Amino acid sequence: MIEIDRVRKTYDGRTVVDDLSLTVPDGAFCVFLGPSGCGKSTTLRMINRLVTTDSGTIRVDGEDIASLPEAALRRRIGYAIQSTGLFPHWRVEDNIATVPRLLGWPRGRIADRVTELLELFRLAPETYRRKYPHELSGGEQQRVGVARALAADPALLLMDEPFAAVDPITRDALQAELARIHKSTGKTIVFVTHDIDEALRLATDIAILNRGRVAQFATPQDLLENPASDFVRDFVGTQGIGLKLLSVRKVRERMRPGETAEGAPISADAPLRDALSLMTVRAAALLPVADESGRVVGTIALSDLVR
Amino acid sequence: MPRSVAPHPEERSQRARFEGRAAPLQFLTTPALWVAILFVALLVTMPDTGPIFHWAFPQVEPPVYQRGTFVALFLSHAGIVGVASLAATFTGIVAAIFVTRPAGRDFRSIIDALATIGQTFPPAAVLALAVPAIGFGPLPTVVALYLYGLLPIVQNAVAGIETVPPAVRDAAAGMGMSPLQILARVELPLAAPVILAGIRVAVTIGIGTATIGSTVGALTLGTPIFDGIGGNKIPLVLQGAALVALFAIVTDLMFARLEDRLRPSSAR
Amino acid sequence: MTSATAARPESLRVNNQVLLALAVVAALAVALCGFVTLAPNRLVSGKPVALWQAAPSSGPVIIALVLALAGLALAPPIRALHRFAAMLAAMLIVVALYAAGGAAQRLGAGMSALARVSLGAGFWVVIAAAALIVVDGLQRAAAGPLERVAFALAIVAALAGLAASGALDALSLVHEYNNRQGGFSAAVIRHIELVAGSVLPAIAVGVPLGLLSIRRERSRGPIFVTLNLLQTIPSIALFGLLIAPLAALGLGGVGPLPALIALTLYALLPVARSTAAGLGGIDATIADAARGMGMTGRQILWRVEVPLAAPVLLAGLRIVVVQAIGLTVVAALIGAGGLGSFVFEGLGQDAADLVLLGALPAILLALAADFLLQLLAASVRR
Repeated sequence: MIEIDRVRKTYDGRTVVDDLSLTVPDGAFCVFLGPSGCGKSTTLRMINRLVTTDSGTIRVDGEDIASLPEAALRRRIGYAIQSTGLFPHWRVEDNIATVPRLLGWPRGRIADRVTELLELFRLAPETYRRKYPHELSGGEQQRVGVARALAADPALLLMDEPFAAVDPITRDALQAELARIHKSTGKTIVFVTHDIDEALRLATDIAILNRGRVAQFATPQDLLENPASDFVRDFVGTQGIGLKLLSVRKVRERMRPGETAEGAPISADAPLRDALSLMTVRAAALLPVADESGRVVGTIALSDLVR
Repeated sequence: MPRSVAPHPEERSQRARFEGRAAPLQFLTTPALWVAILFVALLVTMPDTGPIFHWAFPQVEPPVYQRGTFVALFLSHAGIVGVASLAATFTGIVAAIFVTRPAGRDFRSIIDALATIGQTFPPAAVLALAVPAIGFGPLPTVVALYLYGLLPIVQNAVAGIETVPPAVRDAAAGMGMSPLQILARVELPLAAPVILAGIRVAVTIGIGTATIGSTVGALTLGTPIFDGIGGNKIPLVLQGAALVALFAIVTDLMFARLEDRLRPSSAR
Repeated sequence: MTSATAARPESLRVNNQVLLALAVVAALAVALCGFVTLAPNRLVSGKPVALWQAAPSSGPVIIALVLALAGLALAPPIRALHRFAAMLAAMLIVVALYAAGGAAQRLGAGMSALARVSLGAGFWVVIAAAALIVVDGLQRAAAGPLERVAFALAIVAALAGLAASGALDALSLVHEYNNRQGGFSAAVIRHIELVAGSVLPAIAVGVPLGLLSIRRERSRGPIFVTLNLLQTIPSIALFGLLIAPLAALGLGGVGPLPALIALTLYALLPVARSTAAGLGGIDATIADAARGMGMTGRQILWRVEVPLAAPVLLAGLRIVVVQAIGLTVVAALIGAGGLGSFVFEGLGQDAADLVLLGALPAILLALAADFLLQLLAASVRR
């Protein structure tokens, strides 16, 4: 759990983070969202003390981060940035092994962890471990960057617009992978982006920042359904809000349990937008819904989407 | 003698292509190796070339430099350049590290100005001015070489450290490397090729300036040259000049190979 | 409450560490080293004389200036104050030289005509520190090229005025100059002749070489490998290697000819390289557009490419000229003349003043050329 308590940061007279308070729950995928200059990156970098607060406290798992030595704190926290910052003079395996080596892990354990992470990110370990960063594509570099952040298995992962510099197709794949990893590991992720759709797709909680303050801190659905101010409303965008809502709401929320229908079922955890898409393709106004095991547990109708 | 910083990158790669890649068997075809062999051979067999020089310049007696072995001259020359360059490398890198840390940031621009101004000083003048201060012998030569070698090394080391991409620095800090670890594991290794280029300039100029050091009492491969000029004995001039030229070329080629070795792993 | 680093009391903050360091160095030099050295005759080495003994009237002025400069290091970083520090340092240079001249008069007065008063280590350190303070001050004040020229001219004018007024005449260096006046001017002229006589042919040959290396990709390797090889050879070795064939051709071994040839060869690489870099670094689409507008090849070269490449070409010219000035000093060893002849004669006679008589002007020549060409490059960049 991260408690950000009334932090403030001023650069040359300009207040970048203004009396900001926020609590990130354990295991959340918390997105800091906002326009350029709103202070989201600065706030993120305060968590691992790359930026020192002028005033205010930040506590991670109850400990005041200012009381810990900087290097020790950062080795416990994963850090992935937009330009990856991969060390050009080290191979992929050495890059990933950075923090484990700093922590003094035995060599065998490090090698195993590198293999594990490369497999997790669907990069063939034997092909990729000896490559240099400049031999990788943009998407591969980003994967290695995130793998490096996860190497020491930190409970908290900080990510600063990591997917902003890759092409949309790769970005989509990376987002899917990150979501998968978050789900399977249960880590707390703090993720900075300016892209509302990315936030809606990945986040469990979104903090919209404006001029150094939190404009709203809510779940994606809540943000769409109950924007707290005109700023939030405008930022989220009035165009296609309905479609955004559909991509945020899940089938589970609108399904009719106990009933059956024809055809291959849709997962209860899928967003309503997928249900709409499936209905359009099949020209059917009713779909069966299945749970994780594949067992049909209900149905969803076209009219349920717009209730 | 080159005064300017290392050759244009494209020329470097051209030379690399020209000189052959660093593949195992192709090592045998690299010019560096053959010129080195030629140099060592000439160094050792020079006294035996007496008859040739005698035939070409019958009036000069003795036809070959007699006052010491060429090997001894070479060792002294290499020793002077080596000591001065090592000291300059060490001091230069320390100074560059200082100037790129927050504590030394104030000194960054003056060090740059100092290096630029210093490099306009004629090396021979620096050598000559060291003598009234220090005296004759190898010492003023070492000091002059040290001072003059410091400049390209500091300039290059600062440039090398500063061109480490900010994202790399940010990532290193964010992952929990201490400032010392960032310096040792990231900044210096990435700056190494540029630093090496600076050392190469320092050593090349040093070899040339040390040659002139013979006029102030140092024992170098330039000693036969000056003996020859003074006594109007052209063979001696040729012997010294040929050996010094080969020495300089071999050293430069070896540095070029070293630079090429360092380069592929840290592509930009 | 977390707070950043504790703020120090404003009044004790050292805002300009460089200025403080240099002022301290100057102060230490004044305190510990001899400002001038006094020797009863040419054969004996001089004994250092401290500032307060040597120049009791100007000494306090120097000390006051140094202390003022140290104090300015604590001042807030305002441009005007940086300029003021540069001005104080410029004054320090002039006063130091004046003090040295006066000290020479004072100390030499009571001794025989053979006595020598020379500039000591203390003097040189003060001058060097002051010069660096001027550079630093102008940099921090973000002074433009005009202002820098003004400063340089003012200092040069003041020093020239001092020299002309005879205030420096008692210094051993000036004695030496007076002894060798004719030879000195001849040496300076010869030096400049050698530099010009090698740079100009080098441009004539090097620029076409550079152009060739761009136009014919194949020629690039051999051209630059050869030129690089030449550059690596130490100057005296190349001079020496040329003496023999020239002597065989009956053109006389020793003298300016081997020097000129060698100097031209050395100048080829910087010229060719900056030509290739400057003209080769221009975007191909620009020449394309020019051709599309109907310009001939020659017009494109002179009206488009050369102006665009001018900064790089001028930077190359600067390197070439400074390098040539330095190498010409060595050329004196093979009888080519120039300022180096004083340097090596002085070394041979163990006469520091003679060495200075050759080395100082060579250094000043190189600095002046560098400065002027830098200005030229800066004015073209606009």
